[in-house]
This record gives sequence, C-alpha cells and structure tokens, in this order.
Amino acid sequence: MQCPKCHAPMHTYNRNGVQIEQCSGCRGIFLDYGELEALTRLEAQWSQPAPPAPPAPQAYPAAPAPAWGAPHGHHGHHRHKSFGHMLFSS
Amino acid sequence: MPVPPRPAPTPGTAANAGPELPVPTPTRTHPDPPPLRTATGILTPVTTDLLPALADRARAAAHARTPACPCGAATLADRADATVVRHAGTVAKAHAPDTDPTELALRVTAAAHLPDILVPPLGPTPVDLHGRLVTCWPYGTPVDPDDPDAAPWEAAAALLARLHRTPAPVTLPPMRGPAKAARAIAALRARAAQHPGAAPVLRAWAALPAWARGEAAMPDAATLCHGDLHLGQLVRHPAPEGPWLLIDVDDLGTGVPAWDLARPAAWYACGLLPPDEWTRFLAAYRAAGGPAVPPDGDPWPALDVPARALTAQTAARAVTKAVAADRPLDEVERSLVDACARMASVALAFPRS
Repeated sequence: MQCPKCHAPMHTYNRNGVQIEQCSGCRGIFLDYGELEALTRLEAQWSQPAPPAPPAPQAYPAAPAPAWGAPHGHHGHHRHKSFGHMLFSS
Repeated sequence: MPVPPRPAPTPGTAANAGPELPVPTPTRTHPDPPPLRTATGILTPVTTDLLPALADRARAAAHARTPACPCGAATLADRADATVVRHAGTVAKAHAPDTDPTELALRVTAAAHLPDILVPPLGPTPVDLHGRLVTCWPYGTPVDPDDPDAAPWEAAAALLARLHRTPAPVTLPPMRGPAKAARAIAALRARAAQHPGAAPVLRAWAALPAWARGEAAMPDAATLCHGDLHLGQLVRHPAPEGPWLLIDVDDLGTGVPAWDLARPAAWYACGLLPPDEWTRFLAAYRAAGGPAVPPDGDPWPALDVPARALTAQTAARAVTKAVAADRPLDEVERSLVDACARMASVALAFPRS
C-alpha cells in the first residue's frame, strides 16, 4: 500500500490488536474503519485503574437476588398450583 | 333514579388531589358486638345473617346506580377478615370485625382522592351492618386466576410507583403490612408451633428489625403505601377494558414503600416467580420513577428486610394452614420455609442512605 499523501510505501504494525499503517516517508498514519474507536477504548483502559474482576458466572446473570434466596437454577419455570393461589393471596 | 356519572379520572395525582375532603365519621346503628379475645387474636362474632344483609346492601346500591339491573349477583369472598359480594356492577365489602372505623374512613377518603391509582369508593362513609363496617365500590375486572402468566406486572409496578410518589391526600395511619405479618406469626405460634417448619420461620422473624415486626414505628412515616399488594388487588375499571387500578384500602397508609415490592421480591427470591417476571416488575417500577429502590444497581439493600418479613409471613400462613388441614407442606410451601432457614446465616442488608 502506498501513502495517499507522499506515495511512499506504508508498513503495517499491530498495536494491541489494532492494525495501523504507517508511511515510511512522511510517518503519517492510516487507520481502517473502527480502528480510531478501538484505540480510544484502549487509551481509556490504560488511563483507568485495573478493571474489577469479572463476576462469578451465574445461572441468571441479569437480576440480583439475596444470598438467602433459592439456589440459582432452582427457579421453577412451571406454575405450581399452590403458587398460582399464592399470587392472589395476602 | 338516574345517577350522574362520576367524573373521569384525570392524570396528575398531586395536582388533582384537591382540598381535603371532610372525613366522615362512620355511623354505627348497632352497638359493637363484644369481640371474643383469645390468645390467638379476635374471633369473628357469629353473624349468620351478615351475608344476606350484605347482598341486600349490594343490591340496593347497584339498583341506585343502574335501575334496569340485570342482577348478576355473586359472593366474591367470604373469609373471617372480609366478606365481599357483587351485584351487577357494584361490590359491597364487609370489613374485618376489628376494623377501626375512623381509620377505615380515612383510607376510603384517600381512595376517593386518587381515582387514577385506586378504584374510587361509591360513597365516602363506611356504614354499619350487623356490627360490621360496609363499603360499596364499582366492580372491576380482576386478573384471570387461571391465567397468571397474563399478570399485568408493568401496570402493577407503575401504579405502585405513582402511589409512592403521591403525597398522602389525608393524614393516614401507618400502612399495616408489618402488623399483618405479625398477626400471621402470632397465629403460627398459637396453632402450629410444634410443626418442624415453625422454628426456622420464627428464627427468621426474630432477626428482623422491630419496625418490620410491627413493634416500632417504620423508618418512613411519609410515603403512601398500599400495604397488601398481590395480583388479586388489581382490577380493570371501568370493567371490562378500563385501565388497571388497585383495590382494597384496608392496609393503605404511610410507611416503607419497599414493602409493596417485597411480596413479588420474596416470591422471586424463593425461586417461585420466574426471573423475567420479577425483572419486568422491577424495571417498570424504576422506569416510572418509583422511590422504594435506587434507580439502578442492586435493589436488595432496600428490599431485604421487607422481603424477609413477607417470606416469613407467607411461610407462617402456609405452615398454619397445613397443620389445620393435617397435611404435609407442598413443594411451594417448603421453598418458603427453606428460605427462612437460610436467612439465619445471611446478615441483614440495609438501604444505603
């Protein structure tokens, strides 16, 4: 690939998974679609403290529940008759 | 006699609450029958003629509204704490025998002020009938008990959020949720203490703060709460296709609004309510600006105490009923008792201030 400005050959580098083309003549940099955003993301990560550890995998990751609740995965997906009555009772 | 139509509900509860209505004093035409006090509470005086008298009252109220009445009459509920009959488009409710007349009148008056949240009463004054306070209401179409999957969780959440954001239109007594839970625990102690399920329920109950056991003032004395939310408390009014509204003012009052979210929260925590239904309910409450939980993040610091209390209350009722019927706990009832047993090893969470 040739530099669109000075027409010198461009060399491809890989920085943290982002493909960058740099001109061997004018040192200009060419970014593919989405690469600027990828670099911005990387920069934000570097300027922040280490991200928190990912949460432990759960059967139902969306809704938090209290520790005294039913073990994950025990949520009934059928309506028990007794619960159907409970839904309508004080 | 033609009856003028009641004004349609208008949006904006705080704005249309209007000036305070005078709170009527209920009139009793009979002296109070002496309640029979026992260790377990108050026994209902035997009034075998209440039901026909209540049906007469519903018929009279219905015919005053609709002279050409098709007379579709039915008994909707006949329990120790409430008898409810329907006559065409009118419902008459005989409240619990120990109902405080002044407090009930305040609660009914509050409902009259909030027609876009609660079904408005047909009259502001409870009347005495055979020693029971009676109120009349328009009939609303309930949630189909045979199709709980069609439960209007979003509408319920939005109504609660609106209720919790509305200043109390009259000075109300405390919401009765904790007092009702305490009553269920007292019945468990009195009638089913020997059942193996009773001990974990009583331990979970004892660990709760005094306000949640109805033994101290609630930490919130300003927020308007329903006090007894379940799917039977939602009707479409006007029937059959009107908007969903809340019914039953018996426990209405000021208090901790998370109590109104805590029954679905407890069902979800106990593994009974599917996570997606709980998530829909909670998301709709937050989207409507409900103040009981923070707008995002973990809601459980706010829900933990009320959800434990309602789990203990529901478990207590289940064990008491199982003992009375001389049958074992079913799978659903066991999951409530099991949750109470697990509570002992988990420290209480408190709302972040």
